[in-house]
Amino acid sequence: MSFLAVMRATLAKDLRLEWRSKDAINAMLFFSLLVVVIFSFAFEPTAEESRKIAGGLVWVAFLFAAIVVLNQTWARELRNHVLDAYRMSPASANSLFLAKAFGNFIFVIVLEALMTPLFIAFYRLGAIGPAWELLPIATLGTWALVVNGTFFAAISLRTRSREVMLPLLLFPISVPALLGMVNATTAVLTGEESARFWITLLVAYDVVFTIACLLLFETILEAE
Amino acid sequence: MPISDAPPIIIADGVIKQFGRFAALRGVNAEFAPGRLYVVLGDNGAGKTTLLRTIAGLAQPTRGTISVLGAKEIKTVCSQIGYMAHPSLLYDEMTGFENLRYFAGLYGIHDDAANFTCREAIISVKLDPDLNRPVGQYSQGMRQRMSLARALLNDPTLLLLDEPFSNVDFHSAQEMATLLGQMRDQGKTLLVVTHQPGLLEPAADEFVWIDSGKIVDRTSKLRAGTQ
Repeated sequence: MSFLAVMRATLAKDLRLEWRSKDAINAMLFFSLLVVVIFSFAFEPTAEESRKIAGGLVWVAFLFAAIVVLNQTWARELRNHVLDAYRMSPASANSLFLAKAFGNFIFVIVLEALMTPLFIAFYRLGAIGPAWELLPIATLGTWALVVNGTFFAAISLRTRSREVMLPLLLFPISVPALLGMVNATTAVLTGEESARFWITLLVAYDVVFTIACLLLFETILEAE
Repeated sequence: MPISDAPPIIIADGVIKQFGRFAALRGVNAEFAPGRLYVVLGDNGAGKTTLLRTIAGLAQPTRGTISVLGAKEIKTVCSQIGYMAHPSLLYDEMTGFENLRYFAGLYGIHDDAANFTCREAIISVKLDPDLNRPVGQYSQGMRQRMSLARALLNDPTLLLLDEPFSNVDFHSAQEMATLLGQMRDQGKTLLVVTHQPGLLEPAADEFVWIDSGKIVDRTSKLRAGTQ
């Protein structure tokens, strides 16, 4: 049986379920919108100040919003114990993991695409450095969040207070990636330094953690 | 090879399953022959579901070994096992057909073959494959039948069914029982946990009685007074 066929089918199923319910995407959008609006009331930064703080602000908002979708990643699989049907099938554990991670990636990227214009408008942002670098930063940073998030959401699946457990597990391990995303974004916005080092760090982080998650996921899935 | 001479399809050897301090199975020793229909009976909490989950490979024995279809690593033979649990194992937001199409894909059944297999499975449990309603809006009985259809998708050699008749009306339950009898006649092995053994009495080969995590009796006839 094809690894890719199962992955595609699972991803299509997750996208279809989200399209019908819109649970995760709505919750993420409202959360991010609140962050943008509240911060814009709390601070009134100049354009220069905005460039310095926006990297941190944007990524913290996306990180917290991503937690909403990551917490729901496995919720549907737990309802009616559907995950047992998957475990009983000959399909590979990693095709399930990658489908979930790609699904979350799509949700968070859509959120970022919708929220970025708002951030730009509210904080009067403009990049002094090469703006095109924001694209690989967003892609690599988002993958760093969702690959670990999907994995740790699976670990916290059977814990009683999994909504609390996920950020407790995910945030500490995301610190290097968060540093990379924030510093790379700030570097592009201020144009004061090159973002190359931070982008390389994100690439290394993504490769290491994607491999680690793939190696360990089957054990997590089969755990009772 | 005659069925009686065939090697057992399931061999449980001293299977103990503990959840913390609670032992759900306390040393199950049993063999189940292929091509037979076993009805598993016992009070609530006796260990019936845990036994089924252990055979299905969803729970690992704390001690002892279990071999299914000649394999101790149950994952290697899972494509030959059909499992219907007490929960439906279906996505509430998708129609029955969409659910089955997805699960068929997990067993490597795609495209036209998947369409055909899913329709056949749904029709076999007396449901309409064109019913364009999410499973979450089904009655409990319809959900049970769709769950059985999902368990039949991969044309399993061994069927493990946990409470297939719960919340199903009497007429539909009788139809399901007849279907299970036909499967036994086709050479499939069935282990059915139920509180309504009377429905399966005509088709059952053996009744397996579980109490406090142990198999305490195996009879060819239903005990008097048990329905």
